[in-house]
Amino acid sequence: MKQSQIRVEPRPIRYYGKGIPYLEDREVKGRLIVIEGPDASGRSTQIGLISAKLEADGHAVLNTGLKRSELASEGIMEAKREHILGRRTMSLFYAADFADQLENKIIPALRAGYIVLADRYIYTLIARAAVRGESRRWSHQLFGFAIMPDLVFYLDVDPNELVHRVFQKNKVLDYYESGADLGLSADMYESFIIYQRLIAREFRGMQRRYNLLLVNGNRPVPETNADLQNKIDYFLGSVRGQ
Amino acid sequence: MKKEKESKFAVKGKLIIVEGVDGSGKSTQIRLLETWLRYVGVPVFFTEWNSSPEVKEIISKGKKRNLLTPTTFSLLHATDFAARYERNIFPLLRAGYVVLADRYVYTAFARDVVRGCSPEWVRHVYGFAVKPDIAFYFRVPVEISFDRIVKNRPKLKYYEAGMDLNLSNDPYESYRIFQSRIVEEYESMVDSEGFTVIDGTADIEEQQKQVREKIMHVLPRQGLKRSAGAGGKW
Repeated sequence: MKQSQIRVEPRPIRYYGKGIPYLEDREVKGRLIVIEGPDASGRSTQIGLISAKLEADGHAVLNTGLKRSELASEGIMEAKREHILGRRTMSLFYAADFADQLENKIIPALRAGYIVLADRYIYTLIARAAVRGESRRWSHQLFGFAIMPDLVFYLDVDPNELVHRVFQKNKVLDYYESGADLGLSADMYESFIIYQRLIAREFRGMQRRYNLLLVNGNRPVPETNADLQNKIDYFLGSVRGQ
Repeated sequence: MKKEKESKFAVKGKLIIVEGVDGSGKSTQIRLLETWLRYVGVPVFFTEWNSSPEVKEIISKGKKRNLLTPTTFSLLHATDFAARYERNIFPLLRAGYVVLADRYVYTAFARDVVRGCSPEWVRHVYGFAVKPDIAFYFRVPVEISFDRIVKNRPKLKYYEAGMDLNLSNDPYESYRIFQSRIVEEYESMVDSEGFTVIDGTADIEEQQKQVREKIMHVLPRQGLKRSAGAGGKW
């Protein structure tokens, strides 16, 4: 199937809340697909495979993710290292970083007709803040400027499986991904398991509100990939006629 | 904004803030107030907009490269505010300090909305901040504040002049239009937010006299009469 022959009609951007009122050009042609999931859930592997397939099919693809903005990413890294900022401050900092990516990268690419594959989106930020005691409502409103993706996948991996994947990759458990700042347990391993369960629970809680598609991420890479790719192809096929 | 705390610890301190455009004289007045309160022995903490060391640097970097959109501009200033709020403003209020803030959430409500952010959204973002005990608004005609600022500045900065809004190619003209729009936003909040309006064109001493009189209603009176003796009950 040759993508170049297909005419794509521009559609108005849809937001979760009040949106970005000052944007002049409010239409997009591309599609936004988000892959969510914890560290070591296989997100980046899947994104690499999906990108290659979509590009082979003739789509223009852009990859994006959190903490990649020129503006705030360094500051976030430093603040995390030093543990100096409170949770609300961190939430706002992440939101600034996300807004920068959204306005300077995602929206222009969507206008130009790209398929944007986002490695995490606002949901991770909302989940992390919620397990740290932040109001879900406040976070939801904070991200009122975020555009609604076309598809959001959540790679659901059992924490016991996840911990093995982390060790295959790193040998150490990340401080924040273990929720070590929460004082859940003095034992890092136990803290990791409890924290990942809490995060997974938040994602399940968000499933309906944000239309998250839960994908079983416990399977081998090719199997999970086939599942994701089928769902994406089906979606792109179904919207093509519109 | 929150009226009272959900926490079991009562807020014992008082929050006094000043708002107004650049050149309205608000900073002069709050500094005088700070000096006086310290002199009479009241535990005081002073904080100002865009001053948290961790965030300030990132904001100024973004500003230098003209990288900011209205949303990122707003969120970075909210980050700065939250950093000061979580670590200083709120804990010190709980400890019984008089916290003096040179600019508070209303600066964001005015500026970010002029830049094009949704007014409801900006208010949600700052929804965690307590309402001040007194919010002084220094009212000055734009021509006067404009003259006060421009006289001392050889050059206006890009965002300061509101150049990102494409109001005019001339920074001074842009600044004047930008400031008058901010004034409109402030004026629209006077009643709804309960600002205490001070005439910023009056003499500095006269303004300070009014400010102190208003403060007396909020601070326990006997403490203020009993000068000196820092740290005591006031």
